[in-house]
Amino acid sequence: MTSAAIAAGTTRGSLRREVSSFFYRRNTFYLLLLLLPPLLWLGTVYLGSLFALLLQSFYAIDEFTATVVPKVTLATYRQLFSQPANVDIILRTLGMAVAVTIASAVIAFPLANYMARYASPRMKAFLYVGVMLPMWTSYLVKVYAWRLILAKQGILNWILTTIGLDPLLEAALATPVIGGPSLASSYLGMFIVFVYMWLPFMILPLAASLERVPQSMIQASADLGARPGQTFRTVIVPLALPGLAAGSIFTFSLTLGDYIIPSVVGAPGYFIGMMVYQQQGTAGNIPLAAAFSVVPIILIAIYLTLARRLGAFDAL
Amino acid sequence: MAAAIEFQQVSRRFGSVKAVDEVSLAIAPGEFFALLGPSGSGKTTCLRLIAGFEQPSSGHVLLDGADVTGVPPYERNVNTVFQDYALFPHMSVVDNVAYGLRVRGVAGDERRKRAEEMLALVQLEGLGERSPLQLSGGQKQRVALARALINRPAVLLLDEPLGALDLKLREAMQIELKNLQRQLKITFVYVTHDQGEALSMADRVAVFDRGRIEQLDTPRGLYMRPRTAFVARFVGGANVIEGDLAHRLSGAARAFAIRAESMALDGTGNTAGDGVVSCAATVIDVQYHGASSRWQVRTDDGSILAVVRPESGSSPVNYTIGSKVLVSWTAGQMVALEDT
Repeated sequence: MTSAAIAAGTTRGSLRREVSSFFYRRNTFYLLLLLLPPLLWLGTVYLGSLFALLLQSFYAIDEFTATVVPKVTLATYRQLFSQPANVDIILRTLGMAVAVTIASAVIAFPLANYMARYASPRMKAFLYVGVMLPMWTSYLVKVYAWRLILAKQGILNWILTTIGLDPLLEAALATPVIGGPSLASSYLGMFIVFVYMWLPFMILPLAASLERVPQSMIQASADLGARPGQTFRTVIVPLALPGLAAGSIFTFSLTLGDYIIPSVVGAPGYFIGMMVYQQQGTAGNIPLAAAFSVVPIILIAIYLTLARRLGAFDAL
Repeated sequence: MAAAIEFQQVSRRFGSVKAVDEVSLAIAPGEFFALLGPSGSGKTTCLRLIAGFEQPSSGHVLLDGADVTGVPPYERNVNTVFQDYALFPHMSVVDNVAYGLRVRGVAGDERRKRAEEMLALVQLEGLGERSPLQLSGGQKQRVALARALINRPAVLLLDEPLGALDLKLREAMQIELKNLQRQLKITFVYVTHDQGEALSMADRVAVFDRGRIEQLDTPRGLYMRPRTAFVARFVGGANVIEGDLAHRLSGAARAFAIRAESMALDGTGNTAGDGVVSCAATVIDVQYHGASSRWQVRTDDGSILAVVRPESGSSPVNYTIGSKVLVSWTAGQMVALEDT
């Protein structure tokens, strides 16, 4: 090697070393540098757009020119809450979200409990894959498939008729508000589809949370005289609450914001998501769309506060 | 009076592995009984059989004379202090301790009062409102103890409770536990792999190896008269001399044990007086322990013996690694071992 090449190599090497030791010494700076891309994304793309949305909701639309007037006003919010139709939409969406969350929790708990604490390793793997498999399918395909399943000529109706349970279906569909001409055009059907869609999001955090309950704690509870039911209520459920809370956040917020399922399956009533879609699209009323979007945010904030108050995050 | 705990030919199989192999024992009421053995020897499984977390594959477990096969843990008058304490993180310390009363339907005020008394007994007054997550290891251990004692069980099981504590704390806790047991007069069954703990605390010790009891005796009995090579080595770290060397030194073709502190390094060779056995060896290692030193020597046929020599300062030692020494002991100190 020529002396020039050696010199070049050393210089390059020492530059690299200089840079690395610079970062080693100023490791906070290095950390900031690493975090810069995600922070930029979080700050501008996510928080920034959220803030822009919030800002929009404080503007109003001029009814004559159909353009947005960039003047801060509460007129849009007033419009949102004064019209009974709008309040109906909010309550309807909220009601559906609560119902879906409760139903998902009730269905998910036994399954998650079995998966976490009683299943053999092979069965556990099988169940985990089984729970996650629907998530690998297209969302739209699943929704339309359910519309076909729930239709009057659909397979669910056929099964129930064959085994003679169609009076049950008739009775369910005759219920006011949630019933309808067929499952595919009733809130009941919509509810079923929502629960189906979000169930994996409830099962997985719940199973993870239940799995983290140490066996020795359950044994300690039994050792101290608690019957299995008591152990379940006083030890297992409180320790599984973080998982339940996490799962319920998914089901609650996903239902609040969804606009595809209500438009494909179910009764004609509007949901928040659909309103947002419509207002920002055809109606061009961005402020109202923004105002509608703020509602789920506030609802989730209230929900999280309630959950925290009830001790859902105590065991974390 | 019926034994507090009795095992009648109890076995516990996991597939083809016998974790507990035909174990029989009887523990008297009010006794401090230790189950001693290395990991995997079956002592913890025996504890779990008493508590009710395991059922025997064969044989019977009796508590106070009654067969408890099939009886779940919440119906046995037995409580356990777990190795990882198993405190409930979502309850305060006082609620943890009061748990045993709560599940039996004792009213809130009453159980709170009794829980506070229990905390005072284990010297943790005033810490009732803390969360278990804020306690040190020693404090958690006391809470676990208080929680297990609140139901005033007939038997308290302790599964290596002092393993996670540092030496000083462990020694202090050993004395405290022993005092507590004497004060409460409850039967304690203590699982440990530390022979020092078992010897210092227990009234009787069962030494376990591979699912069987090698010897069940008082601490003194185990130390002075080990029955098998395993017990001799495990309890007290005695030397076990087998084979040809044993034959040469003792005249019998049987293994024998000789405790390290019964041996002397400086046999002069001509102390061929009656009853003195000696053996030539080379020093290979020394460990200084303050009050004494532990010497490792290798005999001519390759056996490694340990000699413990008190450092009383009377005779300065001039041996180093590689020195040739003559280890000797009196014949009466040799303990003949059973063939296993």
